[in-house]
Amino acid sequence: MSTTEAAPTPVDQRDAGGRQGWQIGSVEVLIMVLVLVVSLQAPIRRAAAAAPAVQSWMTVFIAVVTQALPFLVLGVLLSAVIAVFVPPALFTRALPKQPALAVPVAGVAGVVLPGCECASVPVAGALVRRGVTPAAALTFLLSAPAINPIVLTATAVAFPRNPEMVFARFGASLLVACAMGWLWLRLGRTDWMRTPARPSFEDQGKGAAFWGSVRHDVMHAGGFLVVGAMAAATLKAVVPAAWLYTVAGIPVVSILALAVLAVLLSICSEADAFVAASLSQFSLTARLAFLVVGPMIDLKLFAMQAGTFGRGFALRFAPATFTLAVLVAALVGAVLL
Amino acid sequence: MNRKAQGIVLLLVGAAILRASLTDLYLRYVKAGLRPLLLVAGAVLIVAALATFWYEWRSARARRPAEHEHREPRVAWLLVLPLFALILVAPPALGSYAADRTGTALQPPGDFPHLPAGDPLDITVHDYAARAVYDHGRSLGDRRIRITGFLTAGRQGRAPYLTRMVFNCCAADAQPIKVGLAGQVPNAVPSGTWLVVVGTYTSTQIKDDINGGPIPFIDVSQARQIRAPQYPYEI
Repeated sequence: MSTTEAAPTPVDQRDAGGRQGWQIGSVEVLIMVLVLVVSLQAPIRRAAAAAPAVQSWMTVFIAVVTQALPFLVLGVLLSAVIAVFVPPALFTRALPKQPALAVPVAGVAGVVLPGCECASVPVAGALVRRGVTPAAALTFLLSAPAINPIVLTATAVAFPRNPEMVFARFGASLLVACAMGWLWLRLGRTDWMRTPARPSFEDQGKGAAFWGSVRHDVMHAGGFLVVGAMAAATLKAVVPAAWLYTVAGIPVVSILALAVLAVLLSICSEADAFVAASLSQFSLTARLAFLVVGPMIDLKLFAMQAGTFGRGFALRFAPATFTLAVLVAALVGAVLL
Repeated sequence: MNRKAQGIVLLLVGAAILRASLTDLYLRYVKAGLRPLLLVAGAVLIVAALATFWYEWRSARARRPAEHEHREPRVAWLLVLPLFALILVAPPALGSYAADRTGTALQPPGDFPHLPAGDPLDITVHDYAARAVYDHGRSLGDRRIRITGFLTAGRQGRAPYLTRMVFNCCAADAQPIKVGLAGQVPNAVPSGTWLVVVGTYTSTQIKDDINGGPIPFIDVSQARQIRAPQYPYEI
């Protein structure tokens, strides 16, 4: 995947030549690309109109980006506020000193971030930079997109005849988030996680620091959002829907299939309940797995996590999260649904 | 990508989002309710771009040599893709291609409220299909119904469907609702054409080949071609 080369360069690495101000290169390249594409506008339009598959792909691609963008911007603003205006000591004081206790507190605190997973990655990055213990920040990262009021309301609306789905989602997600936090406390090593790279804004004015943080996070997370949107659009436009109906008939396979589908589709957690509701051939437990896995790990999130915390971290964190999420969802589903 | 180039991308993406949400363009991709959030997001991106230019200009004037030149990952370049797709191509709402590949998404509704007066009566494709299948047409009776959708291919050699996409969140989760056309079916109309159809309930019903979902029929008395409506999806 193209995300591997996308890891940001360390903060303090500057151009060796000691160039001042901006590099002239990328502005010129950008303008050349813009001019080229605009001059090829007519052939591009004709080509797109002639191929309905391409058009369909583009529609889904734009839809995912457009739907996620406001929530991304919200998360980026919140992250900039945390980075610039909230004193670092606040978080370390608000959380219990004991890391093992800080984990569940951070998990429940996820209730207050009314966004989807696109918002939670930059916020979790800002928390780690602010000295919050990584285990607690990771628990927050996993729980916030799944258990906030907007997402739970959407789940209730999507499953009007199965209110137990809301409780199952809340419980299973919180359980997985806390378990991952504790697991990180026990097994995690600091050298796996690269402290989120970011230019230091300390010596600038508050305004410059705030907007610098917003610009950095939008470019960063936005680029990875585009990767996820491309994956989701490709899946939607290429994989025949008929395959799904066959898979739904086999119990264990259907849970795994929906968990994998959640990873591949990379839908925002505000939207995924409705998609789950529409997968009516599948059992409630399989759909619960879809709802628990999706906000915690998907292609877009993996790319964003790799970009924020480093590839070495994402390669370990993602499979562990996936396994735990599937197991817990299957268990909770067996008990509650 | 350096800061100035980032500023340009932010400005263009913000402007594209604002333009899409100030016109009806955004309705092809997301819900009408997202409009205020899109406006705010577009405005924030533009302000961020202007702030970037302003601080660049100021630090260039101050000639601070060790200004934190921090190149963003190359993945940031990908942000130009949605820009091009949205500004240059602006693809239409999901239509017959997507509908042909997906089974009908008809779900039993909670209840069937009494239909208002009107002849012919305008209702949604989804409302017609739900009443025809799960209410067995009781609340429809022999009233003349008018529904709007686009044409999609029916079963091999059979009459086409009138289809409308429904979604809950955005076009990424859009699914079709299909109603079979019987009676005065317009012929030689290409797939994807938008039609307003007036007809009455008929008990004919088949199963979708893709997912086995129910597809009711409507006995068409009139059909008229129209341009794609302002709200392409039923929500």
